[in-house]
Amino acid sequence: MSSIDAKERAAVESAIQRFGQEPGPLLVVLHAVQDALGYIPPSAIPEIASGLNLSRAEVHGVVTFYHYFRTSPHGRHVVQVCRAEACQARGGAALEAHAQKCLGVGFDETTADGGMTLEAVYCLGNCATGPSVRIDGRMYSNVTPERFDALTGRRGPQ
Amino acid sequence: MATKLYLPKDATAVSLGADEVAAAVAAHAGAQVEVVRTGSRGLFWLEPLIEVATPAGRVGYGPVTAADVPGLLAAGLLEGGAHRLRVGLVEELPYLKSQQRLTFARVGIVDPTSVADYVAHGGYRGLERALAMSPADIVKAVTDSGLRGRGGAAFPTGIKWQTVLGQAAPQKYVTCNADEGDSGTFADRILMEGDPLTLIEGMTIAGLAVGATHGYVYCRVEYPEAIEAIRTAIAAAQAAGYLGGNIRGSGKRFDLGIRVGAGAYICGEETSMLESLEGRRGEVRVRPPLPAIKGLFGAPTVVNNVISFASVPVILERGADYYKHFGVGRSLGTIPLQLAGNLKRGGLVERAFGVSLREILEDYGGGSATGRPIRAVQIGGPLGAYVPASQFDTPLDYESLAAIGALLGHGGIVAFDDTVDMARMARYAFEFCAIESCGKCTPCRIGSTRGVNVIDNLLAGQQPAEQRRLLEELCETMIQGSLCGLGGMAPFPVQSALKHFPEDFAPRGRH
Repeated sequence: MSSIDAKERAAVESAIQRFGQEPGPLLVVLHAVQDALGYIPPSAIPEIASGLNLSRAEVHGVVTFYHYFRTSPHGRHVVQVCRAEACQARGGAALEAHAQKCLGVGFDETTADGGMTLEAVYCLGNCATGPSVRIDGRMYSNVTPERFDALTGRRGPQ
Repeated sequence: MATKLYLPKDATAVSLGADEVAAAVAAHAGAQVEVVRTGSRGLFWLEPLIEVATPAGRVGYGPVTAADVPGLLAAGLLEGGAHRLRVGLVEELPYLKSQQRLTFARVGIVDPTSVADYVAHGGYRGLERALAMSPADIVKAVTDSGLRGRGGAAFPTGIKWQTVLGQAAPQKYVTCNADEGDSGTFADRILMEGDPLTLIEGMTIAGLAVGATHGYVYCRVEYPEAIEAIRTAIAAAQAAGYLGGNIRGSGKRFDLGIRVGAGAYICGEETSMLESLEGRRGEVRVRPPLPAIKGLFGAPTVVNNVISFASVPVILERGADYYKHFGVGRSLGTIPLQLAGNLKRGGLVERAFGVSLREILEDYGGGSATGRPIRAVQIGGPLGAYVPASQFDTPLDYESLAAIGALLGHGGIVAFDDTVDMARMARYAFEFCAIESCGKCTPCRIGSTRGVNVIDNLLAGQQPAEQRRLLEELCETMIQGSLCGLGGMAPFPVQSALKHFPEDFAPRGRH
């Protein structure tokens, strides 16, 4: 495990200082670290553990339990495709296949140029107008394979 | 004076271009208009829906694109003028007019960031009444209303509150389960984005009822717009004296915070949610003890869904008798049904319990979006049964659905046309359970993965009769051997697919 760098240490210290006194603070602190760094570096886990008086195992266990927490950097853009039933009822399966083919990666993988990370999500609450996609936090409805190309092409490899 | 235009900031409306429409309105109409960003009325096929205030009421135009805006203005949008996108008075649209909006009465109408607007539209009348009542009387009103948990379990809300009220403890909590992870559901999201103060008012009343001074909203991370709306509304309520140490000068305290989930479906299960709120892995707890006795940080805790809390203000305002006058049998009040998947007119329909599934699919939904026959409907999320067309006349209430082996859950209705492959949907039910299982119970953790294998083998024609028997046995094991609803109910969609659509499970070579 590489040792923690200055930026990571600052993010962890800031998160613990801001939220460490809240009851049951671990998820709040992890959110703050991921918001600051884009992911939770494995080297930050011992620092978070000692800052909150938890064991490394407890922190590692929580980080790995939740799908949202990442332990490695994501690509420049994050493309989330909904795989849930309501989107499937509107052509979601074809979009899932197209997205993987178009970007040349599977779910939870990043394109070779580091441009895009493709993620599967299970419901964005946009179930009447799917298939639904979120790109860098912005949600889109009725995403056909053609629309997917247009949306990702605009943000394409840089 | 500037004309008032209303345009949703709801996540679905924005995903359909509402922000671009707002920018176009600002660019082309400028100071002539005051744009209020509301929630969505829940008529999603009309989004983005612009509403303009006229002497006769709000006139709607939709679905609008940014490119339509100059033409709309030229056609007299600000006076409610004629245009091909004009839908007339929004509240006269049959889809909306035929609804019974008690919980969603203000959604799409009010500015969700404004306490003054909320109060002007009848908000906080329930709290004002509750402040003058004893805790026992508040609980009695909720019990008498017949309100049952809208998250899906349908447990009587008043009885849960009574249990917490009856505990002597220095600290109690009120927690809101806003981890709306079921596919096909968005009622919590629409309410939190469009009228968050109704949720906050309901939780405040719960605090007064059970003697809790602190509450948390646990909202899923997939809902960033709702998180922001709740945060803004909490700050506004605090500033206006509706939250904090001295609610409306009563000397009573209720503080509210928001916690954000991290992408775990299981945290919609109440004990997993409590674990997550405490900063741990969202693994389910063994009950007893019930959360009402030993919940968050070991304290007596109310755990209710967003819609359960949001139904409380109207019950306090208008009385238990008014609320329970809606509905049938033991399913009293109204339920926000969410029309999703392959429907022409998806959206939110709040009706008294007992409306038929067919009325929802045909009269509101307008049939499938693809124009093909609707073959199956999944009700109640990924753990809900698939209902075939022969059962579309079933009334939507807890008891009628239980009688056909289905469940209402959180009220999500996902329609599939006749191109659906039900074996694939059954396989997906197991796949989803495998991804989201917390791992505590073996039947759920391992059974879900085995379920995928068995369906693959069945479809590949490897000893199909034997696989079929194995599949049925596996479903039974998961139902009997899981602590919570994820493992215990994931077999429901599988069993219903096998029962109603056996032809889809015929061996077909490679899957």
